[in-house]
Amino acid sequence: MAYLTDRKRAEGRGAARAGTEHHIAMMISSAALVVLVVLFVAAVVPVIGAPYEAVAAHFARPFPAIVTALLLVAGFHHFRGGVQVMIEDYVHGMTRKALIVLMILVSYGAMATGLYAVARLAL
Amino acid sequence: MVQLTLPKNSQIRTGKTWPRPEGARRLRTFRIYRWNPDDGQTPRVDVYSVDLDDCGPMVLDALMWIKSKVDPTLTFRRSCREGICGSCAMNIDGANTLACIKGMDEIRGDVRIYPLPHMPVVKDLVPDLTHFYAQHASIMPWLETKSNTPAKEWRQSVEDRAQLDGLYECVMCACCSTSCPSYWWNGDRYLGPAALLHAYRWIIDSRDEATGERLDALEDPFKLYRCHTIMNCTKTCPKGLNPAKAIASIKKMMVERVM
Ligand code: SF4
Ligand code: SF4
Ligand code: FES
Repeated sequence: MAYLTDRKRAEGRGAARAGTEHHIAMMISSAALVVLVVLFVAAVVPVIGAPYEAVAAHFARPFPAIVTALLLVAGFHHFRGGVQVMIEDYVHGMTRKALIVLMILVSYGAMATGLYAVARLAL
Repeated sequence: MVQLTLPKNSQIRTGKTWPRPEGARRLRTFRIYRWNPDDGQTPRVDVYSVDLDDCGPMVLDALMWIKSKVDPTLTFRRSCREGICGSCAMNIDGANTLACIKGMDEIRGDVRIYPLPHMPVVKDLVPDLTHFYAQHASIMPWLETKSNTPAKEWRQSVEDRAQLDGLYECVMCACCSTSCPSYWWNGDRYLGPAALLHAYRWIIDSRDEATGERLDALEDPFKLYRCHTIMNCTKTCPKGLNPAKAIASIKKMMVERVM
């Protein structure tokens, strides 16, 4: 219990002057994902059920490889931003900060793993 | 922090069933949240029978009937009884609204009344709105100008005045903010739909000269960007206003400033 005025409590530490970039990044990545998911489906459908060699050869071609790589980048960026918002909504204090750091590591780790796999197939 | 179960001292027990009025032919059952800070007990729900032939049509009429005829200890706020003061906001039949403009005939079955959700309770149906009002004050709800005061008045065109429609009507009842999950979980920092609707009301006022400062003061992951367009606010506003749209407009202005 601290003897703060109601107004001081409401002002907090003022505005962080942040959040707009995050908002814009989320809007752009959502729009990009709408397009990329369609392109990715178009890239994957031809090889559904095909043998391993055919799939590997397919993903060595520029269009499927680049679309898959872009999807991984945009997707995990969006995932990172979205999960961060969820953590901020529901978790408070030190746990919040720890979870956000953990979630960033997981997102970029997954993105890097996916990109490595695409590179292996394509190069 | 999200709390999905009620803490022990907030758990609600079955309360008293008050006697039915004698000789009444048309009765309506009310189940009303009661909590008294002075008796050291947990909250309870009391059951009252209201004589519809002796009482007005609105939920507030029934509450006043109960208070004057059955139980004078029942505590709630009210003043204008016509939806203009914003005092009688409470959770009726599962939704936040003003008791004075909510007709009993709009509700099926028993009428269940609780205080506005997720707010500290002062007593019975009276929530503590201190922080809510302080947040409203923090958005500077007044005209800010820098030019010299004109000799006659700050002029405004009919079109510019029309921009304030759907905003100036807000009666600060807090129905919207207390229906917003983001306000529940982060109300200490998130300004909530009511304060943000008022912020927007001054941001788009053609006479106000502090637009930039106002936007600066809102640009914050918590003060503004906790709104995820869940729309509970708009759905529940008893004055038919659209705080979610006002918030979206603020976000749009933020984006336009940088892009
Ligand atoms: S916007 Fe509507 S619900 Fe919110 S405080 Fe104003 S009148 Fe009440
Ligand atoms: S639209 Fe925004 S302010 Fe309204 S209920 Fe949803 S999160 Fe809350
Ligand atoms: S009593 Fe004034 S709004 Fe209901």
